[in-house]
Amino acid sequence: MKLKAPESVFSSASFCPGCGHGLASRLIGEVAEELGIQHSLVTVVDVACCSFNIDYWKFDTIMAAHGRDIPTAVGVKHVRPGSSVLAYMGDGAAYSIGMAETIHAALRNDNICVIVINNSVFGMTGGQMAPTTLPGEKTATSPKGKDPTRYGTLSGVELLKHMDIAYLARGELVGSAGMIKAKKLIKSAFQHQLKGDGFSLVELLSPCPTNLNLPPVKARDFVHNEMTKYFPTGVFIDKGGVE
Amino acid sequence: MAKELMKGNEALAEAAIRAGCRFYSGYPITPQTEILEYLSWRMDEVGGTFVQTESELAGVNMLLGAAAAGARALTSSAGPGFSLKQEGISYLVAADLPAVIIDVMRIGTGLGDIAQGQGDYWQLTRGGGHGDYHTIVLAPASVQENCDMMQVAFQLAEKYRHPVLVASDAAIGQMMEGVELPPMTEHDIDSYDWAVRGCLPGDSPRKIQNTYYTRPDYVEYLREKYASMEANEQRWESYMTEDADVVLVAYGISSRISREAVDMARAQGLKLGLIRPITLWPFPVKAFDACPKAKAFMTVEINILGQMVDDVKLAVSSRCPVGFHGSFFSLPEPEEIIEQAKSLMEKEGI
Repeated sequence: MKLKAPESVFSSASFCPGCGHGLASRLIGEVAEELGIQHSLVTVVDVACCSFNIDYWKFDTIMAAHGRDIPTAVGVKHVRPGSSVLAYMGDGAAYSIGMAETIHAALRNDNICVIVINNSVFGMTGGQMAPTTLPGEKTATSPKGKDPTRYGTLSGVELLKHMDIAYLARGELVGSAGMIKAKKLIKSAFQHQLKGDGFSLVELLSPCPTNLNLPPVKARDFVHNEMTKYFPTGVFIDKGGVE
Repeated sequence: MAKELMKGNEALAEAAIRAGCRFYSGYPITPQTEILEYLSWRMDEVGGTFVQTESELAGVNMLLGAAAAGARALTSSAGPGFSLKQEGISYLVAADLPAVIIDVMRIGTGLGDIAQGQGDYWQLTRGGGHGDYHTIVLAPASVQENCDMMQVAFQLAEKYRHPVLVASDAAIGQMMEGVELPPMTEHDIDSYDWAVRGCLPGDSPRKIQNTYYTRPDYVEYLREKYASMEANEQRWESYMTEDADVVLVAYGISSRISREAVDMARAQGLKLGLIRPITLWPFPVKAFDACPKAKAFMTVEINILGQMVDDVKLAVSSRCPVGFHGSFFSLPEPEEIIEQAKSLMEKEGI
């Protein structure tokens, strides 16, 4: 079997070694080509690390304001209903500054795909505490560890799983099994959009070795062993299925 | 064409439809809410999109997405809501995106109140968001102008690939007047090659982002863009300025009352004139060349600080004194404007 990078992904990327973003970007490229939507897809990337994808993908792409890529994507979808539309963001955008935007797009069941890269910190700004930071986790703004009596830890999936949306799932960008599963989740989300089912959100747990101050292998282990305790993986909503 | 009786805000909304606008996203706030209410059913009739968003932030960023996809897109707000729009306006400017944003001005700082006001002048003309920019600002003074300016606003937005602001106010938004509606025009979302739609094989992907990342001539490009707007887009109306001793400067609802003050003063033998800026930015400095006899200028505004005074001083290069008549909460009264013009003349020995 010959392995080949998807044509919709340029060969260079600016992500740190061991980061999950590059993996997610590639999986999205592969899914787009397998579904034959690579020439109609419009992607909207949030600022910070997500925004590198504007140079990485060969898709028409908008770089949105911080935490606003969901409404930006919704605006595109209304004007171009024949295009598949992806909003690609981090956990800070989805669950902190863009929380209202995430919840209300779900409430309207807007027919877009949202992919959230959850690495438990604000990456681009240097690893500050996020709503997804685990209790006790040391970050640039919780140097003694996150104090759970002052700052809770938020699961976006828990917030969304009782809403009337098309698809909700969480995977991890760890190991070959995690990658194969993550790709399946991404594909299902786009299939729901193609069927017109409405809002789908896939959260992907992702290692951030740079800001976790861990070598890539240990960062990967942190995702698999620690983050999954608070953020279990699985498919939580799959309205009508896609097969 | 027969005239129709319409409320100012509804005229703005209908005129947007007739200018080919098929996308609106916004949030209720007085005194602009009739725009939402009207478009909530009218967009359905014309096959457009209306979204009542969760906030002004979502409204303006949804507008950005629609504009990036090639639509003629509109949002509107007032007061505190208009402040929230600034984030998106700054991003629209940065990404060279055309869109129209209406500010139906209300009075005061913070929450202020829902009465008519003209306190957003600085925010409108100086670039209300972060960064280093201006937007063209159109200031209608009647319900008819609400109609006429929407077409102009979209055309200017697309000419310059830049957001255009329409600065109405609560008085014009809420009043009813007879209007002649413009004819319906259609807009093709594929008119512009830059609009996102999906990248065909062999094409370069379209990237909507801060042009700083993509234009080697970024600084020169922007300076030329704003210089071109300043040279070509100044709009104003002059009334009896040729022989006026004191020229009033007022826009929007204040300009209509000022015009009445000019007529009343002239009946008393007092030579007042009026410059009505139709664009607040670029400020119509050219209008001030046609006031050969003017010995003083006086702005008439519904705010406390006289926000337009500095622009008039720059326009006249400080060769004449510039006074200010401000009213707050209430509309200016023509008699008060005349009294203040008289005391300005007395003070300056005119």
